[in-house]
Amino acid sequence: MSLFSIFNVAGSGMSAQSQRLNVVASNLANADSATSSTGQVYRAKQVVFSAVPVSGTDATGVQVEQVVEDKSPPRLKYDPQNPLADGKGYVDMPNVNVVEEMVNMISASRSYQTNVDMMNAAKTMLQKTLTLGQ
Amino acid sequence: MMGPVDSNMNFQEVALRLREQRQQVLASNIANADTPGYKARDFNFNQALAAALGQTGGNAMNMAQTASGHMQGINDTSTGVALQYRNPQQNTVNGNTVDLDTERNQFTDNALSYEASLTMVTMHFKKMLAAIQG
Repeated sequence: MSLFSIFNVAGSGMSAQSQRLNVVASNLANADSATSSTGQVYRAKQVVFSAVPVSGTDATGVQVEQVVEDKSPPRLKYDPQNPLADGKGYVDMPNVNVVEEMVNMISASRSYQTNVDMMNAAKTMLQKTLTLGQ
Repeated sequence: MMGPVDSNMNFQEVALRLREQRQQVLASNIANADTPGYKARDFNFNQALAAALGQTGGNAMNMAQTASGHMQGINDTSTGVALQYRNPQQNTVNGNTVDLDTERNQFTDNALSYEASLTMVTMHFKKMLAAIQG
């Protein structure tokens, strides 16, 4: 039944999108974390999606291939009172772009919803098939 | 033995199978709406249905033999339908060609057509039952 593989495809989409949402949450929560457990300034993280074929079918699922760190330089903030400030009074702040993350968040949640709708449609189709001839 | 009844059922069975397969392809497109470099795929349902019916009916998709030395050729439509890439309506930066609106339209349309086919089968059963019971 091809309809069952739709559950796999939509499920892979949902888990990939929720992981993306997770990363967005992490970025937004740490938008002002000047230091971290490694002693370095927090760097924005982004997920990279890749398509994976579902074996034995034409279907293609999606997975998070890797989580990459944003390589752009940290934002400098003038704050001489901060214990982390350098000789000139500047503190390295995370390179999180809050506007970009909000856009990312909306996009991820919309895509997640679409995948849920898709799963519901497949479920309805299967249920209708089960009551065939009644 | 039951010629006309059987052929009608065969038609609906082939149609349902192709609708299922198309649903799965469209689900893959929607799940990969954010995957960089993913190319949206689909197939022409009418052509696929005609090909599948021709195949089960006998000789429709075979190569024409116009001379005695011609080989028969292998009619390899049994492995499924040929998927085609969708023409993108607008370009994206990451090379993805999924247009979510188009895909959702097609997905809903295909689901409705699937249910329509199912209803046809159910009606067919009811018709036969009425004929038997009088």
